[in-house]
Amino acid sequence: MLKYIGKRLIYLVLTLLIIVTVTFFLMKQLPGTPFDTERFNNLSPEQQEQMLEKYGLNDPVPVQYVKYLGNLIRGDLGTSFLYTGRPVSDVIFSRLGPSLLIGIQAVLLGLLVGLTLGIIAAWKHNSGIDYFTMVIAVLGVSVPNFVVAALLQYFVGLKWGILPVAFWTSWACSVLPSIALSFSATAMFARFIRTEMLDVLEQDYITTARAKGLSQFKVLMVHAVRNSIIPVVTILGPVVVNLLTGSLAVESIYSVPGIGSLFVDCIKNNDYSTIMGITIFYSAFYIFVILVVDILYCVIDPRIRIQGTKEG
Amino acid sequence: MDDILKVQDLHVEIKTHHGIVKAVRGVSFNLAPKETLAIVGESGCGKSISVKATMRLLPSNGRISKGSVQLEGRELTSLSEREMLKIRGSDIAMIFQDPMTSLNPTMTVGKQIVEMLKAHRKDMSAADMKKRAVELLELVGISNPEMRYKQYPHELSGGMRQRVVIAIALACDPKVLIADEPTTALDVTIQAQILDLMKDLQNKIDTSIIIITHNLGVVANIAKRVCVMYGGQVVETGSVADIFYRPQHPYTKGLLAAVPKLHEKTDKLHTILGTPPDLMTPPQGCPFAARCSHTMKVCQQYQPPFTQFEEGHTSACWLHDSRCHLEEGNSHE
Repeated sequence: MLKYIGKRLIYLVLTLLIIVTVTFFLMKQLPGTPFDTERFNNLSPEQQEQMLEKYGLNDPVPVQYVKYLGNLIRGDLGTSFLYTGRPVSDVIFSRLGPSLLIGIQAVLLGLLVGLTLGIIAAWKHNSGIDYFTMVIAVLGVSVPNFVVAALLQYFVGLKWGILPVAFWTSWACSVLPSIALSFSATAMFARFIRTEMLDVLEQDYITTARAKGLSQFKVLMVHAVRNSIIPVVTILGPVVVNLLTGSLAVESIYSVPGIGSLFVDCIKNNDYSTIMGITIFYSAFYIFVILVVDILYCVIDPRIRIQGTKEG
Repeated sequence: MDDILKVQDLHVEIKTHHGIVKAVRGVSFNLAPKETLAIVGESGCGKSISVKATMRLLPSNGRISKGSVQLEGRELTSLSEREMLKIRGSDIAMIFQDPMTSLNPTMTVGKQIVEMLKAHRKDMSAADMKKRAVELLELVGISNPEMRYKQYPHELSGGMRQRVVIAIALACDPKVLIADEPTTALDVTIQAQILDLMKDLQNKIDTSIIIITHNLGVVANIAKRVCVMYGGQVVETGSVADIFYRPQHPYTKGLLAAVPKLHEKTDKLHTILGTPPDLMTPPQGCPFAARCSHTMKVCQQYQPPFTQFEEGHTSACWLHDSRCHLEEGNSHE
């Protein structure tokens, strides 16, 4: 197992290297420089030239690339151009908190509501709650989260005034964005577990469990759920990354100072080092989550054996 | 001695998209203590559904529409689901056809046995349960039971898994053990081992067995009495000797003729022509009438009554009805 994880970590580094390279060269194709935006209007062309020289942005792109890699290996992500002089890691981490909080809450809410709905729907197949779940599942996938966000904001925030409409001043502010974000995840989890569970409930070992005299609830929770959860775990990876790295639309609607909006600001302003920083962070996070998911598979289903570990 | 299990006039209906299938239509059988009863018949004749109905383990679209199931005089069809839970596994246990799929793949073998004890032996401590589970594994002939206890089903062979399934079924010393084609999914040498094991265990723990099979070899090997089913009904009941040497129903005769014999040289296997009746619209008369070579007019219109031959040997066929011998001229053999 450790050997496997080690191997996967090496892959992680290699994958990151490829991502860094591709992003770096693509990013350099963006028109303009960090200093020809509105913020630097007061700089004369000579001063702009000096700044470019100072940050090494006049060097040929391959030279810049090698320099960047060199710094990266030492763990230096460079300084932000947009937030002048602040280290990129600093900028990212200052904006990470809100995104993580909303994301984690959204994932947990999605799992809780989605799995509960899905399990009940499969158990009570073709009943009212089953149809209700399927409607939710279709809506959740087809209605974009910014529509949900706007509706929640209008009704819960404005009309009923239960929760803050926007901003980031207390925990209460995170509730509506979390719900808005969780909507599509809820739908997906519910759908996936329902489908798999309908299949599992037909399996012979479920009849065996019933023949033991176990109650419906026990049969469901002990025997059916664990065997139905694999598809959910599969989509868990992408969903978690999606939600935890923040949604630009939801963050903008609720004025959450998250990482999604930071990313867009940086791209608009040619903040090269921060773009690279966020990309690396996103990618590393994604690869890491997928690794965790792969390990989860083996924990859940003993038949899935990791390559390179001992059999049986 | 009183019968331990008494099934009378059992009717089971299964709702499907195309209509209601009358899968079991008036099945009756008795099971004496320590007896082994085989229920024989081809696929879809309702044998599996009948025994599942006795345990009230029908699929959600199936229901018992009529009839009674009595376990030691206690009516099971009217029990609440909660009371039924206490009986399942504890008084009546079941062994399933395919050991590859009848064990939960994500739970260790030991845990699956212990689960049965947890459900019915509330007074046992966890350590006792584990001890009992290991004993059971040993009882069903699994070597190294301590190690096997911690293994998952996929780490065991098919024969071993079926032994585990038997161990689970025997965990609470059931009065009735229902084996639904327990050897069908196994290869021939393992089949013999499992049958021997079941016979051996029956002697050890005094349980009655109902074995469902379409394999007459299995019947000869293990059963004392046989119920032959066709089209959702019992067509003949008798001792193994009655059925094998003095079959009275044309279907039973056909079944026996269809068994290939080693000492006879034949190019073609004997078959029963035609297909079983559609139980969505069951025939009005004898279910076998359409395929029977002795069909008479009466067969198509009226259900044949049971005729008793020796003690405990009955068959439902118009051929044995005294009134029908007059009509024999009309039969188109």
